[in-house]
Amino acid sequence: MPERETTETLGGWGNYPLVQAKKHSFTTHSELLEKLQTLNQYIPRGLGRSYGDSALAPHVVSMLHYCRLISFDEETGILCCEAGTSLADILNVFVPRGWFLPVTPGTKFVTVGGAIAADVHGKNHHMAGSFSNHLVFLDLLTPDGEVRSCSLQKNPKLFQLTCGGMGLTGIILRAAVKLKPIETAYIRQTSKRYADLGAVMNAFTEKATNTYSVAWIDGLARGRNLGRSILFCGEHAKRAALNPRRALNPLNLPRKRKLSIPFNLPFNCLNPLTVRTFNFTYYRTAPTKEKTGIVDYDSFFYPLDNIGHWNRLYGKKGFTQYQFVLPLESSHEGLKQILARIARGGEGSFLSVLKLFGKQDGILNFPREGYTLAMDFPIRTNTFKLLDELDRMVLDYGGRIYLAKDARMSAACFREGYKKAEAFLEGKRSHDPHGQIQSLQSNRLGMDE
Amino acid sequence: MKYLLILGARSDLARALARRYASEGWALMLAGRDKPELERDAADLKVRYQVPVSVCMLNGLTTEGHASFYANLPAIPNGVICAIGLLGDQTVATRDEEHAQLILATNFNGCVSLLGGAAKLLAERGSGFIVGIGSVAGDRGRKSNYYYGSAKAGLAAWLSGLRNSLAKTDILVLTVKPGFIATKMTEGLKLPPLLTAQPDEVANDIYNAVIKGKDTLYTKWFWRYIMLIIRHIPEAIFKRLSL
Repeated sequence: MPERETTETLGGWGNYPLVQAKKHSFTTHSELLEKLQTLNQYIPRGLGRSYGDSALAPHVVSMLHYCRLISFDEETGILCCEAGTSLADILNVFVPRGWFLPVTPGTKFVTVGGAIAADVHGKNHHMAGSFSNHLVFLDLLTPDGEVRSCSLQKNPKLFQLTCGGMGLTGIILRAAVKLKPIETAYIRQTSKRYADLGAVMNAFTEKATNTYSVAWIDGLARGRNLGRSILFCGEHAKRAALNPRRALNPLNLPRKRKLSIPFNLPFNCLNPLTVRTFNFTYYRTAPTKEKTGIVDYDSFFYPLDNIGHWNRLYGKKGFTQYQFVLPLESSHEGLKQILARIARGGEGSFLSVLKLFGKQDGILNFPREGYTLAMDFPIRTNTFKLLDELDRMVLDYGGRIYLAKDARMSAACFREGYKKAEAFLEGKRSHDPHGQIQSLQSNRLGMDE
Repeated sequence: MKYLLILGARSDLARALARRYASEGWALMLAGRDKPELERDAADLKVRYQVPVSVCMLNGLTTEGHASFYANLPAIPNGVICAIGLLGDQTVATRDEEHAQLILATNFNGCVSLLGGAAKLLAERGSGFIVGIGSVAGDRGRKSNYYYGSAKAGLAAWLSGLRNSLAKTDILVLTVKPGFIATKMTEGLKLPPLLTAQPDEVANDIYNAVIKGKDTLYTKWFWRYIMLIIRHIPEAIFKRLSL
């Protein structure tokens, strides 16, 4: 018989940082309580798709085996499930029955608990807000061992602390989320390229009535090309819009072959040369006049999910994703300066995404009205210096950095960006007076002092 | 509608089997000790697959009460799968007789009693299938887990006898011999990734083996050949090995 193992190497999606940790799994509530009795400190963890150290600690409580569906109301679309249920699982069960997630991030491989903890947003944020805006309630196991049902009506303060609270207020056990009805599993997508930042920002405003909108931006373009982008907008396609073959079976997608990167590549193959070539070609081949097409929901929302372990393309040193949001009024100037700084560094990111957020309430959640930009940076010697510089610029323009992507910002940067950080910490202390729930991120950001 | 009875329905393999059969439209009867958790499993299966699922109380550890268990089933099953099993701890078993007996009773006595009852039930109708879960550990006794292994070996012999006795009926008896499976039973063990199956893969293998009418299933498939070699090592050599 093989031996029992004590720790394993864990990281976030960026493979930076990597740490030795002990993972504790459970399938039932009583098993969970038993495990927690043996732990002084822990952080809950879902599918590990936060990029940095949000779900890392010496002891992590894995939610992945706590993933049962509890009930579904065909009238209202309200699905209640255990928090380890993945969005992929929900889509597999409910898309064929004509329901879709009200909000989805760029990967479906996140758990419901993780989606709440990071209060994820999607391409429809300007219309629909963030994931937690669609919650009916959540059940939270607080460090005192009580299970508290939270919603806007019941325990509203704890509910707000938990939505976007990075798992630091307790273990999210169950949640009820309202799905939205769809006629088909397809999206009617329009795409068009825009020559510079001003043009794409105007387009975002003009297209604000589209359900979904997001832009790919060329992070290496400089000068008059600065901020050149391809804007993608989408609507759930009606059955009548499908070709006859698809219309026969509008809610089921044909099976696709999935690729996978089998191991960390020995070097980072997403280097300035390959990225520059890709960006140039991608932009040049995009349509100058608006083009409309029908794509399946997987290709529209989750293009990278079809490549398993795509994070390994960055090599074993890993990468970090830098995502920030700027207030609407300073977005244009701020983005111009920040993009120019990044392009000057030559570290253009393979995947750079620009998006206009709508209004958002909350305490520690990331979105606020304005523009958000996300870029990947492979970990190199100068990466952190550049990012520190960018932090300063983001803060000066009144913005902040997304905790679910962060692996390296300073405690001061966190405090300055998140104006309600103090309110959050006060709330956390009242529910977790002994600091039982801590992540490497909460340590780094000075949230446990 | 076809009904599947799963004995020991809370194990990870049993739950994977429940999903596999429910996804093909089978109605399920989940039998086990932990009623509240079984009911949560049942709710999950109902929401996902929109099939009828019922929960039946059962204690596999005793051999008593099994007759009334079968008498009170909500429906006569078309198939019965026994997924009851306890890996136990060999080192504890060598010094604690109670633990040793628990391993033997769970993996052999309990399963035999229950599957015997299932055989009688299916024999009345003359068709269906019975699946018992043995183990590659039952193919040869090794120092690291011979209480578990010997009970599984006994179960395999019993299933082989049952198969023999039912050969003239339309009842299939399948002996499953899984290798490593990533489940709660093996959680924390350093399992070799290439040799380790996920519960869903094993469930799928079992589902297909029943359709094909197989007698014995090794899963993953290569365990048949690994065990072929291991069974043929002369005892004089085998006794000195640490496998």
